[in-house]
Amino acid sequence: MTIQKKENAIVEEFRLFDDWMDKYAHLIELGKELPLIDEKYKTNQYLISGCQSRVWLFAELDNDGKIIFTADSDAVITKGIISLLIRALSGHTPKEILDAGLGFLDEIGLKEHLSPTRANGLVSMIKQIQFYARAFQLKSRIKK
Amino acid sequence: MLDINQIRNDFPILQQTVNGKPLVYFDNAATTQKPMQVIDRMSRYYKNENSNVHRGVHYLSQVATEAYEASRTYIANYIHASDPSEIVFTRGTTESINLVASVFESFIKEEDEIVITSMEHHSNLVPWQQLCFRTGARLVVVKASVDGELDTREFEKALNDKTRLVAIAHISNVLGTINPVKEITRLAHAAGSVVVIDGAQAIAHLPVNVADIDCEFYAFSGHKTYAPMGIGVLYGKKKWLEKLSPYQYGGEMIESVRFDKTIFNSLPYKFEAGTPNVAGALGLEEAMRYIAGFGVDEIKQYEDKLMDYATGELKKLEGMQIIGTAKQKAAVISFVIEGIHAYDLGTLLDKMGVALRTGNHCAQPLVESYGLTSTVRISLAMYNTLEEIDIFMGALQKAVSMLR
Repeated sequence: MTIQKKENAIVEEFRLFDDWMDKYAHLIELGKELPLIDEKYKTNQYLISGCQSRVWLFAELDNDGKIIFTADSDAVITKGIISLLIRALSGHTPKEILDAGLGFLDEIGLKEHLSPTRANGLVSMIKQIQFYARAFQLKSRIKK
Repeated sequence: MLDINQIRNDFPILQQTVNGKPLVYFDNAATTQKPMQVIDRMSRYYKNENSNVHRGVHYLSQVATEAYEASRTYIANYIHASDPSEIVFTRGTTESINLVASVFESFIKEEDEIVITSMEHHSNLVPWQQLCFRTGARLVVVKASVDGELDTREFEKALNDKTRLVAIAHISNVLGTINPVKEITRLAHAAGSVVVIDGAQAIAHLPVNVADIDCEFYAFSGHKTYAPMGIGVLYGKKKWLEKLSPYQYGGEMIESVRFDKTIFNSLPYKFEAGTPNVAGALGLEEAMRYIAGFGVDEIKQYEDKLMDYATGELKKLEGMQIIGTAKQKAAVISFVIEGIHAYDLGTLLDKMGVALRTGNHCAQPLVESYGLTSTVRISLAMYNTLEEIDIFMGALQKAVSMLR
């Protein structure tokens, strides 16, 4: 499935919720699910510090040249949003990830969480995801 | 008795809804809202009086200058300064403290000591830390107790003949503690030190009397006391302001300039380089008149009632930990709830129309001393009500049940 299709599926999923409370309850449920990252990567090395909530992000390239992201946050709403981002972006090639628009967060009404002023680490997380994608892209070019 | 409905009517911004809910504004320690009187005063200035102050020969310049200087005089009287020239207009508390930290450098040498407390806002911490780095002086931190109180005996131990300066918050922006600044000033003076007080959180909530405290410097911001952003005050004892060199150079602060020499202007203009924020100063005067109209003591009494009620209600919640339980507190309540991140609470409460603050409140070392990275903070003002606390508590309970 392309990133765009996954984004559309998430938008559809959130269309089920009429009011903000149900939407956030769903986000919280997503956030409460099992850790999205191996505990050994929850170290300062993988920490993206926002001053409000902390985010850990780890990336590795699988044999098909696709990036697998795992991440976590100490705030459950932030974690819920991270799980959406990972669902959309993980398992794709660096190019696909760099081309993704990520408009879905706006469409489901979570754009405010991406504001740099919220300092929840999400903006830095997306930058870091793109940074990983660029780094892996470069690495594979060098290999070739 | 304050007529809170009447007061609320003076604040147009409080009438709005946020996310479809009536706004409950509990972020007053970050900035207070402005009453119509203040907004009108600034608007009147720009409609009728705007002109550059001092030295203008024309009519408007005189009107503006007189209004600006009258504000200075009013503010001097309000905080019991001995003379209007002891009032330096700045951009706010942060600039006021930076001004002192910058020009005080010539009085600091290696081996000297600067004493602060563990509950300082970054604005009353980093300027002194950096001054120590520049000069080789030592930064001594007096730690607050777990309740958020300062023990004056601990302070005494930190003071010695190397102490040049003591910098302390009048009220902690995280814990709400009212510090015994008069007693600490007395102790600091006995050790031969000058005292700088960060009054950012105090000016709207306590009667401030610099003559009684006897501190050398007292800093505060307009915007935390119902006045505009971008205006603040540094009070300094004349003797000290005269001793210090200028902070910035340019217009306003000079007496005469030649290419080989400049004579600086007298106090307080020596510290007011460039065109000042005249509308801001007039707005600040108006805000202080507004507060004085009700009486700061009356306001304090009312805000204490709100704070005590909110504290009592919060304590009923399971897993509640109030951060800052000093006996003397004002207008600020920080808390955490076991197993729930402050950011999540803040996000959900915003959805329910409650404006509050989460995070480290620019006092990272203090928040970390409690083993935390962030707290939820509500901070009250004279226009808040018991009903708003009930709305807040209802919203908080809803948020907690969603997050548990």
